[in-house]
Amino acid sequence: MKAWRLPPHIVLLMPAVIVLAAVVLIPLVLSLYSSFTPFRLTRPDSIYQFIGFRNYERIFTDADFWIAFGRTVLLLTIALNLEMVLGLGLALLVERASRGQRLLRTILMFPMMFSPILVGFQFKFMFNDNVGLVNNALQSLGLTDQAIPWLIDGTLAFIAITIAEVWSSTSVFAIFILAGLMAMPREPIEAARVDGCTAWQTFKYVTWPFLMPFAFIAMTIRSLDVARAYDIIKIMTDGGPAGRTEVLWTLIARTAYSDARMGMANAMAYVAILLSIAFTALFFRQLGKARAQVAADW
Amino acid sequence: MMDANRKSRIRKRLTDWALTGLLFLAMCIICLPGLWIVLNSLRPTVEIMAKPPVWIPRELSFDAYVAMFSGVGQGGIPVVQYFRNSMIIAVTSTIISLAIGMSGGYAFARYRFRFKGGWFLGLMLTRAVPGIALSLPLFFLYARVGLIDTHAGMILAYTALNIPFTIWLIDGFFRQVPKDLAEAAQIDGCTRWQAFWQVEFPLARPGIASAGIFAFLISWNEFALASQLTRSTDSKTLPVGLLDYTAEFTIDWRGMCALAVVMIIPALLLTYAVQKHLVSGLTSGAIKG
Repeated sequence: MKAWRLPPHIVLLMPAVIVLAAVVLIPLVLSLYSSFTPFRLTRPDSIYQFIGFRNYERIFTDADFWIAFGRTVLLLTIALNLEMVLGLGLALLVERASRGQRLLRTILMFPMMFSPILVGFQFKFMFNDNVGLVNNALQSLGLTDQAIPWLIDGTLAFIAITIAEVWSSTSVFAIFILAGLMAMPREPIEAARVDGCTAWQTFKYVTWPFLMPFAFIAMTIRSLDVARAYDIIKIMTDGGPAGRTEVLWTLIARTAYSDARMGMANAMAYVAILLSIAFTALFFRQLGKARAQVAADW
Repeated sequence: MMDANRKSRIRKRLTDWALTGLLFLAMCIICLPGLWIVLNSLRPTVEIMAKPPVWIPRELSFDAYVAMFSGVGQGGIPVVQYFRNSMIIAVTSTIISLAIGMSGGYAFARYRFRFKGGWFLGLMLTRAVPGIALSLPLFFLYARVGLIDTHAGMILAYTALNIPFTIWLIDGFFRQVPKDLAEAAQIDGCTRWQAFWQVEFPLARPGIASAGIFAFLISWNEFALASQLTRSTDSKTLPVGLLDYTAEFTIDWRGMCALAVVMIIPALLLTYAVQKHLVSGLTSGAIKG
């Protein structure tokens, strides 16, 4: 009798599934459960008290939460679009350079080596209204004679955070788009030139469609770790001044650890997780479409 | 006619210069924050705080580094322990997630099975759960099984964090290796296991290297989980150690810059070492998927 064996793909996937179940799935189930309780760190037995959807109901009427939600979406939209445009520009510039490609590529990757928390501290330092590089430079150049309160004014703080975010992540887009440019065949571009396309038309109808999948991979990767923004914001402003830069993650962390309202925080986290899953799934779909397009055209 | 030619040539040269200038400017902006950190780690605090600002440093010294390594109590922080913890945790979790990623990636690249797309998306989506949302329940789980403030706990968490991305990259690489090669080796008498190690693995190595560098950088730099799951010098990592330089309302900028330099150097060396594979490694799966 032949011994019964598991099919090989199951054996091969097993380790990944086990680790992810232990570290991601079980905690998620736990937090799903506790989001239906009024659990507080200070009163451990409150975890056994079931209150149904009350946490979620409270969230849906909580203005602070929805403001933070809107601000998160706004930050992501601005940052991702800026990063995409700047990354595309950088990649095009680097690609046309005839010398020093290796050096340029290494510099391009430089921000990827910085820990997000380090990016936070670094930009907090640079935007410091008293000793920061930005204000020092502006004052020395005579552009302003007052210290600009970068991290103290709400709108300016939002701008500063966006700059930090863009600095740290533009290189992801640049690297991917650069690799796409390098993989691209020359002939279609020359053919388009011969047919009398302007530079802009060549870019729009030939180059960009080919680069799309690369841009969407970068988008997908970025949407997979959007929560990096938490580290940066936590350090730069911690949601302040007066909650003017509060995003979902800082709000959740505050609710959980400062206010010790774990059940509530977990309910918020669930809404936030659904948001990022929606973003990721969306980009995955786009990636599939762009790939199919390239496969059909080339 | 001649005139029009010359005019267009001049215009072309002007755009060339403008674009090169733009590239130079962009590279400066990318480098600036890093150089600013290095510079400030070498300057005395008085000079950092000076008003009006001191642009050309008057004296440079390694005092901040000396102070940092001189141990707790003399203005230092346990940087050696932090560095050791960071290294152990990042390297071990990178190796484990590469092993698991290779087996998972191989399964996706080489076998057909039901709901393959669904499994793949499911694995990827676990990465969409942000560290901070995970840290609350994970903290309870770890507290229950005694993994708080241990290397093992951090390694496990980072391995899980890195698996989806490693599988994705490595899957793309195995797809590029033609199936026929391994089959030919099997016809020649290799077992599937031997065929994998002697034929497919060497060919996919650049991709595995680039997956490794990503896993390492993510583990080396992670903060949200580490700040909740570590307590003492037994397992605190460098990103958490940065907070040692902050007090309620003040920050020791010079010391922090010095620690930042210590943190970046290993990442820089490693990335430079494998940067050749990085670009090609990242994108091989882009078109063929």
